[in-house]
Amino acid sequence: MSEDFNDKTTIQAQSSETISGGGTGASSDIDYVRPAEVADQDLYHGHSFLTKWVFCQDAKVIGVQYFLLATFTGIIGLILSWLMRLQLGYPELAGFMTAEHYYQFVTMHGMIMVVYFLTALFLGGFGNYLIPLMCGARDMVFPYVNMVSFWMFFIAVAVLLASFFVPGGPTGAGWTLYPPQSIIEGTPGSGMGIILMCLSLVLFVAGFTMGGLNYLITVLQARTRGMTLMRMPLTVWGIFTATVLAMLAFPALLVGGLMMSLDKILGTSFFMPTILQAGEVLDYSGGSPILFQHLFWFFGHPEVYIVALPAFGIISDLISVHARKNIFGYRMMVWAIVGIGALSFFVWAHHMYVSGMNPWFGFFFATTTLIIAVPTAMKVYNWILTLWRGNIRLNVVMLWCLGFIITFVNGGITGIFLGNVTVDVPLSDTYFVIAHFHMVMGIAPLMVIMGAVYHWFPLVSGRFLSEKLGKWHFWFTFLGAYSIYFPMHYLGFIGVPRRYFEMYDSPYVTSAVGMNEFISIAAFIVGAAQFILIYNIIVSLRMGKPAGKNPWKANSLEWHTSTVPPEHGNFGEKLPVVHRWPYDYSVPGAKEDFIPQTTPPSEVAETEIEKT
Amino acid sequence: MADPKIEGYEFKPGYKGMAADAGSDQTLFKGVHWGKAMMWIFLLSDTFIFSCFLISYMKGRGSTPVEWPNPSEVFALHVGGVPVPLLLIAIMTFVLITSSGTMALAVKYGYERNRKMCGWLILATALGGLTFVGMQAFEWSKLIHEGVRPWENPFGAKQFGSFFFMITGFHGTHVSIGVIFLCIYAYKTFAGHYDEGKRGWFTTMKGDYVEIEILGLYWHFVDLVWVFIFAFFYLW
Repeated sequence: MSEDFNDKTTIQAQSSETISGGGTGASSDIDYVRPAEVADQDLYHGHSFLTKWVFCQDAKVIGVQYFLLATFTGIIGLILSWLMRLQLGYPELAGFMTAEHYYQFVTMHGMIMVVYFLTALFLGGFGNYLIPLMCGARDMVFPYVNMVSFWMFFIAVAVLLASFFVPGGPTGAGWTLYPPQSIIEGTPGSGMGIILMCLSLVLFVAGFTMGGLNYLITVLQARTRGMTLMRMPLTVWGIFTATVLAMLAFPALLVGGLMMSLDKILGTSFFMPTILQAGEVLDYSGGSPILFQHLFWFFGHPEVYIVALPAFGIISDLISVHARKNIFGYRMMVWAIVGIGALSFFVWAHHMYVSGMNPWFGFFFATTTLIIAVPTAMKVYNWILTLWRGNIRLNVVMLWCLGFIITFVNGGITGIFLGNVTVDVPLSDTYFVIAHFHMVMGIAPLMVIMGAVYHWFPLVSGRFLSEKLGKWHFWFTFLGAYSIYFPMHYLGFIGVPRRYFEMYDSPYVTSAVGMNEFISIAAFIVGAAQFILIYNIIVSLRMGKPAGKNPWKANSLEWHTSTVPPEHGNFGEKLPVVHRWPYDYSVPGAKEDFIPQTTPPSEVAETEIEKT
Repeated sequence: MADPKIEGYEFKPGYKGMAADAGSDQTLFKGVHWGKAMMWIFLLSDTFIFSCFLISYMKGRGSTPVEWPNPSEVFALHVGGVPVPLLLIAIMTFVLITSSGTMALAVKYGYERNRKMCGWLILATALGGLTFVGMQAFEWSKLIHEGVRPWENPFGAKQFGSFFFMITGFHGTHVSIGVIFLCIYAYKTFAGHYDEGKRGWFTTMKGDYVEIEILGLYWHFVDLVWVFIFAFFYLW
């Protein structure tokens, strides 16, 4: 069995004497980097199809597996949204849909997109692929646990999708699953549907915890020589902080899910008050439905930032690379990410203004909510100042970045509306809320994902995606998304309630009908445009322009691997040694407009560079 | 504990040392094994799970319309016809805390490479855990026999049964998982896997006595959580 391993610990245990690039060992030498603290990682190399591609312990393969499965689930979420839009825009064409179907689709669309698509894609997909590469590690610290994490996610998705085929169908309680309605008759899927949903969430949390421990320990304990925390790319900071949030927020979801399952299966009364069902008094009494709302939103609000923080991090790196400029205010960006993460645990009840609470509570949560706007706005200013007088390459990646900034500002501003109790109460449960959260945590992070796909595809596959198709994809998505969500703000202001299957003869119906049709058409087009990307990926995998090494002339370590795409173990014989932050672009006096993180100071002594 | 020796790195005392460690490259927790750091962070996450359970319990107990049963009556054992409150639970707690002691000794003997003592102490810890779970099963069956169910409770608020079975059940699951791992580790210790650095069955990583310390962290955590559950259910 021993031939499966790198039993080269003695050779690879790096001391400054044996490894070049780390200076001579004298502390006066400007190139000096401390010797390695831990022996090189011992990796299990797969040698069959099963161990190489299915039950693989290589974080890069696991990342791609997460990416593909999350995308597959996301496409199901997309199809569900099409069906919803068909019903809302053209109810006469959607004769096959009942109100029950509609609620089930709303619920599954929400849950899939937030948890099984965005969270899994950012943390499982980008996290697995990028953290070890960007930190200069050979792999995640616990590769076996990491592999199990993906397969737990796989089972969670299978259980979730199985709920489409059980009697009663999937749950239709809305993605917030509020009891008592989620588990009593009259709500679609209140039998097996809700049980499978809770089970799937519990499995997801268990699987995520395994992955999350890997991401955290890899960042904290397995960086390469010279890689200080303040030299990490912001992508790693974003994913790292989001993982911390997830480790502390998912417990509340787990507990809420378990307690609700017990209410359903065993008839406990954790969340259930005395209640009538079809004229009959049920056996429940004395429980608190609001308790579930607190548990859910203690998870649910940090969840928003679990999706947003990796997006913030990734976008910072993309902008810096494609504007050929260092990120403005790197440390401010790091502290903003950490600050947003910490604050996100003190705002959850702003989702519950209409549930009824002490007015001082509403005041407290409104204040904390608005305080989050401060670090967030700092980030937006810094992105814009990074672009300011940069050498902008207006390629597809940059287009997505610009699209993200605009969309995010847009969604953020409506967030300030909704954070205030007095404004929120009339707007609550209208299309304004839908417009807000789709802009800020749906479309904006999605644009980052798209930008990141165009940016890192050359690393994963060795080939570029087609720029021409990419531009079509971007403009359809960007303009289309605005056509969908901009009118929804108006619908919200005139009071159109969300989660309604049909408007019937409501007074606002005349002006809303045409708009609903328009939104639906836009939604069909935007959804279809996403298949341009899938086509682009499939074609470019075989016929794309070869990218070679470091095609974007980037500094961070993932572009400086021994082979492209990187092999298992990432960096060949010797791990890289880091001498600087990853944002030395367009440094005056330097030969090229980028200085990779591995370049020692003696090689760039003549440039006007500050020590980072 | 003395700082580990790291070539080229100078440890500083106090908060300046912490800041220096955080600002340095490679590792934040100097000289700490990856697995140990992982267990600490896992336990932090697990703390949040138990906190959510216990906070829900406080909320449920505080707002139930029916009176909460008196714990010193419900949990009392009858010894010779006289009800003795807290008797069983005192023994259970004593056994579990003692098993923490044997676990700590097992870690010590492990690092001293005293294979036999280490193995026996792990087995003693497992035995303590098993006794605890056994007594918990006894208490459960006593309550069930008296008519307490997750969905009903003859002594008062029905949430009493719900929270009691759920939270002690969740904790008991933790103890049982711990016992299973203790048995596996005891086998590995006796078989010398940690001395030879034999690779694990699943993880294929080389065995090391640090694994016992990592399991020990989990075990002490489970004991600590029990102290909280004990206080909230039996003393409140």
